[in-house]
Amino acid sequence: MTSRPDPALLATPAEELFAALLAVLAAKGMVSEAELAARIQSTDAASPAQGARMVARAWVDPGYRALMLADGTQAAEALGIPMLGAPPLGVLENRPGRHHLVVCTLCSCYPRAVLGYPPFWFKSAAYRARAARDPAGLIAEWGTVLPPGTEIVVVDSTADYRWMVLPQRPPDTAGWDEAALASLVREGDMIGVTVPGSMPEPMPERGGKPG
Amino acid sequence: MTRLAPGTRVRVRDDWPEARGEAHIRTPHYVRGREGVVVRHLGDFPNPEDLAFVRPAATLPLYHVQFDPSAIWPPPRSAGAVLIEIFGPWLEAR
Repeated sequence: MTSRPDPALLATPAEELFAALLAVLAAKGMVSEAELAARIQSTDAASPAQGARMVARAWVDPGYRALMLADGTQAAEALGIPMLGAPPLGVLENRPGRHHLVVCTLCSCYPRAVLGYPPFWFKSAAYRARAARDPAGLIAEWGTVLPPGTEIVVVDSTADYRWMVLPQRPPDTAGWDEAALASLVREGDMIGVTVPGSMPEPMPERGGKPG
Repeated sequence: MTRLAPGTRVRVRDDWPEARGEAHIRTPHYVRGREGVVVRHLGDFPNPEDLAFVRPAATLPLYHVQFDPSAIWPPPRSAGAVLIEIFGPWLEAR
């Protein structure tokens, strides 16, 4: 093995390298074009709207809520969200007196299957350090107000699971249908930096420097 | 290895493999040598410390372990807890 990449290889356009890699994988029977197309489709379809659908269903259906807390992967699949090949999904429930905040201090583990690509700040060193060390201060800077005495549980996503938060249903939503409830739920609510209905500003744009 | 039951008090090994050479570690530095409590067994997964180097990987139990922030950080700090996924070999029952 060489320690430096071959300069000729580095100069090869990325599309050619990609095509060559695909051809090798196909020739060895490791992946088919159909499998690739299916994966690209499910990756593109993943967005916070998927997680929001799960949250809204859990708010109106106690049986679904129980399933979601016991097995997030099954709960996602029950709503048609593809989880094949995704790490197991765990869901942690906010309740009076207990709030969860998800971080990956080691890298950028994120429940992509149900929330899509992480917002850029999730991967930043500042978020990762402060979420672990000063979660109350971090949450307060988002403008999130938790009732006095609420304990914050920092969920450091370090290994094979991916974690999302089931937020509490906002008051004054009695009688709302699932679609209306889902429209209240933003990605920050499912990470725990915000709670539904709490945030005056839109979430920061995604993009920026990859982590 | 005996499965650690929920509620078991554990200490994370105060071990620093990265100081001895190339390593891939999923146990955050800030809990090494600290005590916590097993919340649940999450399942069994191939050891990422070997997978990262394409070595044969043993399947290891993975636990959710909860720590009191006051056992980790100096004041001022938030009340609450830190919940972390940690593989069995990193944990010693107290």
